[in-house]
Amino acid sequence: MNSITLIVFLPLLAAIVAGFGNRIIGNVPAKVITTGALFAACALSWPIFIGFVSGTSSAEVVPVMTWIISGDLNFDWSLRVDTLTAVMLVVVTTVSALVHLYSWGYMDEDPDQPRFFAYLSLFTFAMLMLVTANNLVQMFFGWEGVGLASYLLIGFWFKKPSANAAAIKAFVVNRVGDLGFMLGIFATFLVFGTVSIPEILEAAPGMAGSTITFAGMRLDTMTIICLLLFIGAMGKSAQLGLHTWLPDAMEGPTPVSALIHAATMVTAGVFMVCRLSPMFETSDVALTVVTVVGACTAIFAATVGLVQNDIKRVIAYSTCSQLGYMFFAAGVGAYNVAMFHLFTHAFFKALLFLGAGSVIHAMHHEQDMRYYGGLRKEIPLTFWAMMAGTLAITGVGIYWLHAGFAGFHSKDAIIEAAFASGSQVGQFAFFIGVLAALLTSFYSWRLMFLTFWGKPRWIQSEHIQHSVHKTPEQAGDDTTGGYHPHESPLTMLVPLGVLSVGAVFAGFVFSHAFIDDGGFWNGAIAYDAGLMHAMHEVPLWVKLSATAAMLSGLATAYFMYFRGTDRPARLAATFSPLYAFFFNKWYFDELYDRIFIRPAFWFGRLFWKKGDEGTIDRFGPNGIASVIASGSGVMKRFQSGYLYTYALVMLLGLAAAATWIIVQGAS
Amino acid sequence: MNQLDFPILSLMMGLPMAAAIICLFLNAQAARWLALATTLALFVLGIVLWANYDIGGPQWQYVERSDLFGNFAWALGIDGISMMLIMLTVFLMPICIGASWESIQTRVGEYMAAFLFMEVLMIGVFAAQDIFLFYILFEAGLIPMYLIIGIWGGANRIYASYKFFLYTLLGSVVMLIAMLWMVQDAGTSDIPTLLNYDFAPEAQTWLWLAFFASFAVKMPMWPVHTWLPDAHVQAPTAGSVILAGVLLKMGGYGFLRFSLPMFPEASEQFIWLVFGLSMVAVIYTSLVALVQQDMKKLIAYSSVAHMAIVTLGLFAFNRQGIEGAVIVMLSHGLVSGALFLCVGVIYDRLHTREIDRYGGLAINMPKYAILFLLFTMASIGLPGTSGFVGEFLSLIGLYEVNSWVTLVATTGIILGAGYMLYLYRRVAFGELVHEDVKAMPDLSAREMALLAPIAAAVMWMGVYPESFMAPIRGDVGALVARIDRAAPEGDAHLKMGEAKAIAKDHAEGEAH
Repeated sequence: MNSITLIVFLPLLAAIVAGFGNRIIGNVPAKVITTGALFAACALSWPIFIGFVSGTSSAEVVPVMTWIISGDLNFDWSLRVDTLTAVMLVVVTTVSALVHLYSWGYMDEDPDQPRFFAYLSLFTFAMLMLVTANNLVQMFFGWEGVGLASYLLIGFWFKKPSANAAAIKAFVVNRVGDLGFMLGIFATFLVFGTVSIPEILEAAPGMAGSTITFAGMRLDTMTIICLLLFIGAMGKSAQLGLHTWLPDAMEGPTPVSALIHAATMVTAGVFMVCRLSPMFETSDVALTVVTVVGACTAIFAATVGLVQNDIKRVIAYSTCSQLGYMFFAAGVGAYNVAMFHLFTHAFFKALLFLGAGSVIHAMHHEQDMRYYGGLRKEIPLTFWAMMAGTLAITGVGIYWLHAGFAGFHSKDAIIEAAFASGSQVGQFAFFIGVLAALLTSFYSWRLMFLTFWGKPRWIQSEHIQHSVHKTPEQAGDDTTGGYHPHESPLTMLVPLGVLSVGAVFAGFVFSHAFIDDGGFWNGAIAYDAGLMHAMHEVPLWVKLSATAAMLSGLATAYFMYFRGTDRPARLAATFSPLYAFFFNKWYFDELYDRIFIRPAFWFGRLFWKKGDEGTIDRFGPNGIASVIASGSGVMKRFQSGYLYTYALVMLLGLAAAATWIIVQGAS
Repeated sequence: MNQLDFPILSLMMGLPMAAAIICLFLNAQAARWLALATTLALFVLGIVLWANYDIGGPQWQYVERSDLFGNFAWALGIDGISMMLIMLTVFLMPICIGASWESIQTRVGEYMAAFLFMEVLMIGVFAAQDIFLFYILFEAGLIPMYLIIGIWGGANRIYASYKFFLYTLLGSVVMLIAMLWMVQDAGTSDIPTLLNYDFAPEAQTWLWLAFFASFAVKMPMWPVHTWLPDAHVQAPTAGSVILAGVLLKMGGYGFLRFSLPMFPEASEQFIWLVFGLSMVAVIYTSLVALVQQDMKKLIAYSSVAHMAIVTLGLFAFNRQGIEGAVIVMLSHGLVSGALFLCVGVIYDRLHTREIDRYGGLAINMPKYAILFLLFTMASIGLPGTSGFVGEFLSLIGLYEVNSWVTLVATTGIILGAGYMLYLYRRVAFGELVHEDVKAMPDLSAREMALLAPIAAAVMWMGVYPESFMAPIRGDVGALVARIDRAAPEGDAHLKMGEAKAIAKDHAEGEAH
């Protein structure tokens, strides 16, 4: 048994056992099996990754079995392991294992725990199938599998209408992206005659410059294929236009947000672009689109994140924004840097989400930051973990020492790569990247200040009021309401600790391998050594710009949320239209509701009532009936005896046929 | 005679025929047991058929023929496609009998007889090698269906069967006339011979239209689909299962067996018509499904949308499209059959199909919720289920012919997810608000035994479809070879450009 086979299928096995067998084996064994399977998969994954870092492993494909054979189109179930997969393996299994463990504490009071753990393991299996895919269709299998798991986990608390709505929204919006993905696969097969990824990547450069007709338009072949596939990536990675599902997905339990909607599934789009990077390299137009979409998402999500009050939503928009960074890194050709940021982001963003979960846990399920405050001393371990995450995401580090937290190494590299790419769109991305870094720093510190500093504002929270059985009036001056936040149990703190280590060191330790070592990638992605070299040669002001942006964001947040807490409200009042625009998420949901959702239902009713019933039936069967009825009284007899009439007509026909056959046969 | 030296196909028709007659004279319980035993025996015979089928052997196997009079012959024989459809029939039949076990309490003997008789006709349609024999069985197959809807159906059953009748009548008359002309022209009523007979292109046009009139109704294609929602709503559960599971496949089988190979030129000529109607069907019926309040109507409308994928795949004129279409037919037979069973399960408890009367079933019926979810996902075409394999192959084949049509048809994956998840949410999720819904028990052992085999088959077909594709490979190959001369040119027109040097090296490890 190959270790990759175990890594992929252990979580599936655990999901089946826990999902179907929990009534027989009980809750605790179901949790032990799923968590154990994930830690085993994690333990098997790290040696593979280390093997690639040290250069002792080489790419391989492990066949599993035949899937579909239809003429020229044939592909197997198989597991591909190369550098790119190895990076994803450690990300997925590590975060997943930690999230499993964390959920022991976080979901402790939930009656449906085995179902939750089964879904988590099922998700992990699908994600692993995605990252080990050797053909586009298996990637699509994983793609849809994680979509299913995401749907089930967002809607885990299925009694809540908002959770159900969010789950459907996530699935359907992703399907819009999948439309592009599927058409991309179709076009790939048409052009290359195969869906095998290595074969496509090998043939792609030869197709550069060819043209093809798609939906009546004459287009560059590689551009249209890449753009169609990229629409899929935009859906899964919540890029501008198809991002609306991600903030709503926060309806799911917080461990789910950390695993699926921060560290792994949403990065699948970035993974796809990197996996197919030699293909994207053949189309400058496609790369430009990737860059622009990424940059726009980075800035869009950051602006919305500035003004949200729900702690999870701030982090969700932050994720959306960071995914934008990864995309524009890929768009300027720095795929390895995009993967590096994916890698570090997985640790610090999972950390931030799990930290937020710990805060929510401490605050009796309150998620509104306006009702936090002063928690630093109450839950110190959570505070320090969140601090590590914040230092990592804002990119704190010292240039001259080449040392800093994870985001310092990866995000700053993205900004430098955008500048170094030299193209106009690269400059645009650079500018946006710096600006978004400022906003990132601002909203991250805003979150920290609102949550951990200042005076407690807990009694304003309805959740806390329920807990202490007091109204704000009864509590009087004691804004804590007498509530005592409690630090989370060990099962939750251990994952926070491990991820904190990742957030602090992952950038520093792996920077060389990811950025400077073409041998590490070994052909798994399109590695541009020239760009990496140029990146180190950018002017000093470029290198310092990200740090400067980070410090400005921190200073502004400090000024607004630490020193003068009435300033945000005054500012919001001064710029109220802009504030409303950001606060309402640029009105995307309202727009989509008006141009897609309502018309779909309106047309559905129109086609049903006016089309089927009002036209087809009216002039069809009902019309014929009434014509006959108005002509004579035949209708009544006709209607009651339709079966016999039918049989009669058929028999008459058959008799005619039989007679004719006999005549023919005789002659 | 054939590989078994035994007229197995005649036996598979004779056995249920005899059982049907006996059922008429039995009391309720005996009729149930006889029907179940007979359908299970036929399932076993089906497995024998499949196990002994020689993949890569002669196109027509298990052939038997006895001339009756004139050109008319009792001629049976199957290829791989027929065999898979017969397998679908014999697999679903015992499930239908099981589904009727408790819900049918009146005139049980006649009911079982009607089902058994229908099985005779359905097996016959897929096995007939004589065009008139096909016609008789094809048309007669509707009689037991009328009876099932008309006698054991819901309140508005008369209107439903009347509509069904009007639609089918017109089509079958013109098809018969076309068949008579064909036999005269070719001098034989033997289907395998007719398959290789080249009709004059001018004649093909009207012959194709005559067959189209019949098959489009059976399919059903937009705009002659309005009988289907009414028939489903009025039919008892098992009637819906067999209607969606097998009878809807007869239209597709007709296109596959007659229209395409016998009239290739005309088929090519009318691609625009088939594509046009199918595109409308995908969008139109999906949107209509979205606003339905009645569960059965919703699934019926979704069937029309799925069948449109079949017609699109078939008229792609290439292997992926046609193999995909066959797999969609098989998959839809299983999945929509299972969905109707799922509706039946809760209908038996609450006696309403109104979606809003339910809600929160995942709380008190967890087993049901899991299976219903699986079939919902299969209907949506989630990879790993049978729904994906067929849909994917049909559409990839279609793309080779026309990217516009594919773009429109593929939006079905978005709309399908929309209406099915919306249905699932309203039935299974939310709070248990109604007291009577709260009292509903989870699946009984009998219901579990009906749904579990379908679930297994759906997963099997999704993960390892090769079992189902290997038998049809040769036959689709023969069909593609036959129609290749008329195959339309794709709209892609790929044109190679000047070889462009890619400036950037691809990770040759040249890092400094």
